[in-house]
Amino acid sequence: MREFAIKDCALAHIATGRRAQTLRELRDILRDVHPGCIYHHFWGTLMRPQFSNLEYNNDFASWCFESLHDSTAAERLSAIDPADYANLEDLRQELLDVIESRLDETELILFTRPDQQFSFVRSVIVVFDTYRLLADPAELAVAVPQMSVGSIFYHFIDARRRDPVGIDDFRAWLCGEGGGYEEVCRKIAEVDPYFESLHDLRARLTGLFARYFGKGAQLENRNG
Amino acid sequence: MADKSLQTLLERYADHAGEDAIQQLRQLASLLTGQRVVHVNSTRKGGGVAEILEKLVPLMQELGIDTRWEVIEGNEDFYVCTKSFHNALQGKNIRIPETLLRVYEEVNARNAERLRPILESAEIVFIHDPQPAPLLRHCPNRIGKWIWRCHIDLSNPYRPVWKYLRNYVVDYDASIFSLDAFAQPMPHPVFIIPPSIDPLSEKNLTLAAKVVRETLEEFNIDPRRPIVLQVSRFDRFKDPLGVIHAYTLAKQFVPSLQLVLAGGGAADDPEGDVVLSEVREAAEGDPDIHVLSSGHYTDRTINALQAGADIVLQKSLREGFGLTVTEAMWKGKPVIGGNTGGIRLQLMNHRTGFLVETPEGAAMRIRYLLFERRRIGQIGHAARDLVRQNFLITRHLREYLTLMVALIHGNEDRIELG
Repeated sequence: MREFAIKDCALAHIATGRRAQTLRELRDILRDVHPGCIYHHFWGTLMRPQFSNLEYNNDFASWCFESLHDSTAAERLSAIDPADYANLEDLRQELLDVIESRLDETELILFTRPDQQFSFVRSVIVVFDTYRLLADPAELAVAVPQMSVGSIFYHFIDARRRDPVGIDDFRAWLCGEGGGYEEVCRKIAEVDPYFESLHDLRARLTGLFARYFGKGAQLENRNG
Repeated sequence: MADKSLQTLLERYADHAGEDAIQQLRQLASLLTGQRVVHVNSTRKGGGVAEILEKLVPLMQELGIDTRWEVIEGNEDFYVCTKSFHNALQGKNIRIPETLLRVYEEVNARNAERLRPILESAEIVFIHDPQPAPLLRHCPNRIGKWIWRCHIDLSNPYRPVWKYLRNYVVDYDASIFSLDAFAQPMPHPVFIIPPSIDPLSEKNLTLAAKVVRETLEEFNIDPRRPIVLQVSRFDRFKDPLGVIHAYTLAKQFVPSLQLVLAGGGAADDPEGDVVLSEVREAAEGDPDIHVLSSGHYTDRTINALQAGADIVLQKSLREGFGLTVTEAMWKGKPVIGGNTGGIRLQLMNHRTGFLVETPEGAAMRIRYLLFERRRIGQIGHAARDLVRQNFLITRHLREYLTLMVALIHGNEDRIELG
């Protein structure tokens, strides 16, 4: 079995200076804004301060709900799973389609207070090696709780954008090397990454791997 | 528990931020091996910038990064000028005489003579705030990346002053602002790095219950009765009168309630005295309102007041980041804050506190929390966790390191190393 190389990452956030006060302005800016902004507001948002039990899974939906008070737009935007799109341009187009259809069906022009405008921000992601390798899947039970939240982000969130079929690195590793791990892969697939902080996500994955591989497997592996 | 006196600074921070966060800092720092970094500001002691650098610089050194902290030296007129800059950049209409601007330029030219060899040979130079901004112009043979770190809210600057300063800033390789809302458009990348608190500082150390109780008693505050607290300058934007209104409304339902307003007026803010006298007038006749206004309280006293409060208010009408909110959250307190500025980044209704628009809203949340007292603990716990994960100095440092790596490697959207 090939080894699993644990990577880590950190994000830098760059302001674009572009801001929207209405849904129409959001649409207009989205048409040509830097693709890094699409990444940031879907994926990068999970690396920013947040709370458990998020209501919406991307910044566009959250803004529509919290600042524009347009629940319909918020709900539809939150239904977009960014992992379903091959690239950021396809994702941009889907966003535009959802917003266009909302603009078509409502005559309301909702706008936010000036201090609650949507600010377009883009991310720079720096990925670096931790030089830690896992040779056996059972080691995940020990390695995951020691990972930084940057590693969790890289392997569980960012992976979905890198992987051609939009899955996380853990499943790609476990399922890519033949049979035997279908059950744990199914369990991992059930973990929705969009509704809790990375710390909570790490705790959830820690529990999942501990239950599946068990303490005995970890120790046996470490000693072996 | 390890002997604290033998712990390195990083180990001490690991106790608060977690070993994984420190390990990540070490790995990021390893990407910067051999880089010489210089921070420049205008004071070694006092003020928020010096407070941050006091910790950031030793931490960077301990991570193996060759880091220096240089301070420019100015005369009285220089500081009069830069104080005016500060106020003007935050929106006050202040005309700065040409003579003061010439002093500002001359002081920077003089400091550049002294600092040039260090600055020109550094790979990364952080220039903090407007005071040393012109140094870049005096270092034509610089080899490194220069970053202007603006700690000021520039969202609504007095334009003539900003136009003057912008001339010095546009030539930098990047700038950093604390919030996106504070940033001005620039011809270079504008990074967003929120501020942070230091869990090891006097302001944020965990105090013994006895110290907290004694501090409360020193000010005749009854530790056995509910306490709401606001720590802030007596400034209209902090809405101290709104706080008293909220307290008055809540007290009708919680007669034992006490209110503490602790802070001072800035020496250069004549309106502070006016606001303070209005506050005193509004508080008159109610022995349960404690107006602590000398403004000379130690960090430890403020820490004890925050630790002793049941609920902390920051009912600002306009706010920068709101580090007093962060400090209270770190002490496990639910905070009721104005729905503005950086407070919005920290408080989420029913989870880490409450955002309110009015004194009535604040009163309702005070009543709710004192009625459902178990929520005080639950929200306070979540608030402390949020700060631990996002607003400690270790996160601040991580973002500086990330920015440095990003700039050195060309500022691509995705930088894969190792």
